[in-house]
Amino acid sequence: MPDAAYYQPPPSAWPIVGSLALLVLAGGFVLLLAGFAPGAYAMAGGALMLALMLFGWFRDVVRESLSGKLNARVDLSFRWGMVWFIFSEVMFFAAFFGALFYVRRVGVPMLAEADLLWPGYQAGWPTAGPGIREGFTPMAAWGIPALNTLILLSSGATVTWAHWGLKRGRRRQAALGLAATVLLGAIFLALQAYEYMTSLFTIRTGIYGATFYLLTGFHGAHVALGAIMLLVILLRVLAGHFTPTDHFAFEAASWYWHFVDVVWLLLFVFVYWL
Amino acid sequence: MDIALDGQQPHADHPSGALRWITTTNHKDIGTLYLWFSLAMFLFAGSMALGIRAELARPGIQFADPAVFNQLTSLHGLLMIFGAVMPAFVGLANWQIPLMIGAPDMAFPRLNNWSFWLLPVAALLLLASLFVPGGAMAAGWTLYPPLYIQGGIAYDITILAIHVLGISSIMGAINVITTILNLRAPGMTLMKMPLFVWTWLVTAFLLVAVMPVLAAAVTMLLTDRHFNTHFFDAAGGGDPVMFQHIFWFFGHPEVYVMILPAFGIVSTIIPAFARKPLFGYASMVYAVASIAVLSFIVWAHHMFTTGMPVAGQLFFMFTTMLIAVPTGVKVFNWVATMWRGSLSFETPMLFAVAVVFLFTIGGFSGLVLALVPVDIQLQDTYYVVAHFHYVLFSGAVMGIMGGVYFWLPKWTGHMYDERLGKLHFLLTTIAFNVTFFPMHFLGLAGMPRRIPDYALQFAEFNFIASVGAFVLGASQLLFVYVVLKCIRGGAPAGSRPWDGADTLEWSLPSPPPYHSFATPPRLDAS
Repeated sequence: MPDAAYYQPPPSAWPIVGSLALLVLAGGFVLLLAGFAPGAYAMAGGALMLALMLFGWFRDVVRESLSGKLNARVDLSFRWGMVWFIFSEVMFFAAFFGALFYVRRVGVPMLAEADLLWPGYQAGWPTAGPGIREGFTPMAAWGIPALNTLILLSSGATVTWAHWGLKRGRRRQAALGLAATVLLGAIFLALQAYEYMTSLFTIRTGIYGATFYLLTGFHGAHVALGAIMLLVILLRVLAGHFTPTDHFAFEAASWYWHFVDVVWLLLFVFVYWL
Repeated sequence: MDIALDGQQPHADHPSGALRWITTTNHKDIGTLYLWFSLAMFLFAGSMALGIRAELARPGIQFADPAVFNQLTSLHGLLMIFGAVMPAFVGLANWQIPLMIGAPDMAFPRLNNWSFWLLPVAALLLLASLFVPGGAMAAGWTLYPPLYIQGGIAYDITILAIHVLGISSIMGAINVITTILNLRAPGMTLMKMPLFVWTWLVTAFLLVAVMPVLAAAVTMLLTDRHFNTHFFDAAGGGDPVMFQHIFWFFGHPEVYVMILPAFGIVSTIIPAFARKPLFGYASMVYAVASIAVLSFIVWAHHMFTTGMPVAGQLFFMFTTMLIAVPTGVKVFNWVATMWRGSLSFETPMLFAVAVVFLFTIGGFSGLVLALVPVDIQLQDTYYVVAHFHYVLFSGAVMGIMGGVYFWLPKWTGHMYDERLGKLHFLLTTIAFNVTFFPMHFLGLAGMPRRIPDYALQFAEFNFIASVGAFVLGASQLLFVYVVLKCIRGGAPAGSRPWDGADTLEWSLPSPPPYHSFATPPRLDAS
């Protein structure tokens, strides 16, 4: 019976470490927001704890996997788990896209229609709203953003090339493909940082600045997270953890990477281009 | 019974004392933790409700100035929803889903532990927020800007607490979905699953879909408060009403998160005490799924007075009324299950029947509120308060209590005190109606909610409601006593104390072994 050996982990201290880490992180953040600067130290401590927890927890899982404790049924659980996790991320971005579509199609036109508060305000996009007087120059689509689109699309190809390598047992190809993907991710982030530094508007620039920076900022954070995942997978490929048939960790990271890629395409169209 | 002991793992594979509970990866331990946490929050948030009712017992300000009163209503709502009702359902899911589908545990036992242990973190944050300068968050559990943007430190703490609760809910929901999809015993097809499992599968899907949306909404609040964004500020091109859209896109599925598992419990209890199979199993499943789908396209019925186009009002009015169809199917099926059954009315059944009756009243007042012209009159009155307490208390909370009485013998191995259980039921049901039924009249007469004072003509009904509330609160101490008494002892329950109950958990001894179904049971054999 295949289910007889569904792995049940022994008691673990990692979850409570993670909870304490989030408590310290949140507490520090609250202090910082309240104007108490040393809160930043607490935040750093909490983030460090969280990183250590993730490292330790994943190390446990990797060891269980390498010692053959995780059967095909556990593998399927991981797949379902990752699918629904990515779905939750999709919904997180959907809320911000929803906000963008709402202000563009409903909120801003209604502000312009109601002539009472701000007479003469014209609807249009991008806009910083009727109450913000400073002018600004929106981000153009066909410079760095178009280049970044090319970079992320290529990285989707390199990660697939790495997967082919892994499936055919060519570890060198898998490692090269992963390294190229991580590198492309890093270039993407560097270009985005440059774009932020040279941009002619800020997060204060009304609803345009708010939607632009939160959407692209959260996306950038996800690129960074995905790149870290792929980097870990690269190290595990080099350590020989994967076989041509058993490498779900690789697939999970690549699913995540493709998700980040698709979000970028939507960003490019709706935030930069149209 | 033999199937459970077969291939069972050794018992002493966990540390003892507090460490057992902190590090546990066992679904039964974690379920127990959830249920105790929920009970603690239920009593704490309930005492806040008594504070509200004490203030409202007479016209004029008794002891709570408006700021304190608003903190009471806001935290009462947040803690009841995220601290009491949802954790209770997750606790029941933890205990029951693996037992009901013949799984060895939840799919991700360590993650399960983390889902629980994030809750005390959020609770600590919210409790701490009571003691910061300016007091706790007082913008209502719905967190509307611009009021929310203007609050003090507690408002930031509340946002972070909601983030932590969201992480917990999402991980818990992913765990439930994966367990149900992947760990069913061979032979248990989806359409053979007990209805409690089905309702939780749908609930978990709703959670994964909408908790991230709430996270996004409160993130926008945070950046509006501290990082100069203008999401909800018209001067910057934003819109405070946009928050309501995003919030209720989360909020309406959220109310089904809080009722669907109760539907599952009722659908489990009624066949057991009618000694008949559930009437219309397949239609029950489709009804739950339809309610879930519809819940995504009705959110703006919470916002009829915000000035939306008539086309929008009509759309949301009709979709909302459409929900009455699958809900009616469920109520009909419960009644049809009882029809000509060999009925007996032990405490769980009493609660289940009360849920059918009282939830239906809440459903009907919901239909009344779905009508745009009526809603424009009743928005933010006590009619709304009456409506959602009829669905959340006499639907969700009394459903949970029925489930607890139903499964306590399984969990503890003892029968609870039937006489005291019935007394608890009677006191709860009567006091609940004394508390909340007059609120319909108050609302129709125009008494606004979230205000600590009121016009003199509302005095009698408010006094009656306050008396009912204190009886209702005190009755719950009896519930705690019954539960504790059952844990400490009582008549042995045997593996199947309810002769009409036929789901898998009743094939195990009571209490079930620490690890059950290490080898999946064969369904075709039984």
